[in-house]
Amino acid sequence: MTKNSLILVCFFLAVITCVINGCQGQQEIKKAQFFTNGQSLYSAKCENCHGAKGEGLGNLYPPLTDTAFVRSIRHELACIVKHGLHKELIVDNRTFDTEMPANPALTDQEIAYILTYVGNAFGNELGLIDTEEVSVHLKNCAAKNSARSIDR
Amino acid sequence: MKKYVSFAISLMLWACAQEEQKRLPILGEREAVTKEVNGKSITDTIYQTIPSFTFINQDSMAVTSKDFDNSIYVADFFFTSCPSICPTMSKNLLKVLNKYQGNSEVKILSHSIDSKYDTPWVLKRYADKLGVEGNQWQFVHGSQQDIYTMADKYMVYAKEDAEAPGGFEHQGWFILIDKEKRIRGAYDGTNDDQVAQLMRDMDILLSEYSNDKK
Ligand code: HEC
Repeated sequence: MTKNSLILVCFFLAVITCVINGCQGQQEIKKAQFFTNGQSLYSAKCENCHGAKGEGLGNLYPPLTDTAFVRSIRHELACIVKHGLHKELIVDNRTFDTEMPANPALTDQEIAYILTYVGNAFGNELGLIDTEEVSVHLKNCAAKNSARSIDR
Repeated sequence: MKKYVSFAISLMLWACAQEEQKRLPILGEREAVTKEVNGKSITDTIYQTIPSFTFINQDSMAVTSKDFDNSIYVADFFFTSCPSICPTMSKNLLKVLNKYQGNSEVKILSHSIDSKYDTPWVLKRYADKLGVEGNQWQFVHGSQQDIYTMADKYMVYAKEDAEAPGGFEHQGWFILIDKEKRIRGAYDGTNDDQVAQLMRDMDILLSEYSNDKK
């Protein structure tokens, strides 16, 4: 290997690292933006039932603090928010079966904001849930035409 | 000079006595009625009161205004499938219940404005899931007509409206009623500060009765 090509390789490596780092930085910024937007949507649309700290209310409204449960239904979250839910669930070792109303007016983007907030607040660590992910999941629940049931 | 000093002192004493026996205002319509008593004409103020009622509660038992005769109570209007303000109202009424748990002079009366869906059985499940036991907090079911007429008496707006979230347009007031069934306060049941104020006012109202007894 000549000295020149060695310099070239180093240069390329440096560029690639920069790009990857930059991307990650951008991802972080995007997540922070989604999280902040989601927070105000959450307090307008979800907080009355699920509580400011995601604590829920008695055995009426489930908490959003059961991190294992929330993680296990990541692919259903968008459908739940958009179409509501009426099914027996076991969350935080308790059974819930009150109906959650639908939010048909929320856009995919708004749902992504809310889910990035919920997915990274209350002890959850799901990372960014972007608009594309929401749109894909929403297509699936529409196709199954049974948004009102969770299957894991 | 002496006269002024004693006047000032009595004024101070009066002010102190007022402070000690703070009273809540009486709200609603009032009417001055003059009547003859022993040949003298006396003018009395008649205040708006909550008329008598009979509803069915979460245990499918009749609940009447008589059940509230010896207690002050907080009344509100809600429905179990309400997606908007009711969950917050219920959470706040739980705070009130917890503070006065076991106090037979304090009750809570929640009227469902959704008479079709909120049968006593549905109300029972709602109360259970909230963790409400006993009969201090009554959830009542009545005909649409009776409940809406009652809402009017408490000066709370409630109406069926397909456009509103959950199908009903209503206000989240908590109304404080005294033992004479007069309206003594109205508080926004979705606002933490106002709910704290309600509980302070309930203490004042309760002390009105214990002071009057002395
Ligand atoms: C009117 C009350 C109400 C509102 C408002 C509401 N939910 Fe729910 N939510 C429920 C109920 C009740 C359930 C349980 C449904 C069932 O058992 O079928 C639930 C279940 C859930 C679940 C799955 C169970 C869990 O606890 O992890 C998630 C996630 C969720 N809601 C998120 C949201 C989000 C995000 C919003 C705001 C867009 C929202 N909810 C608004 C009542 C509500």
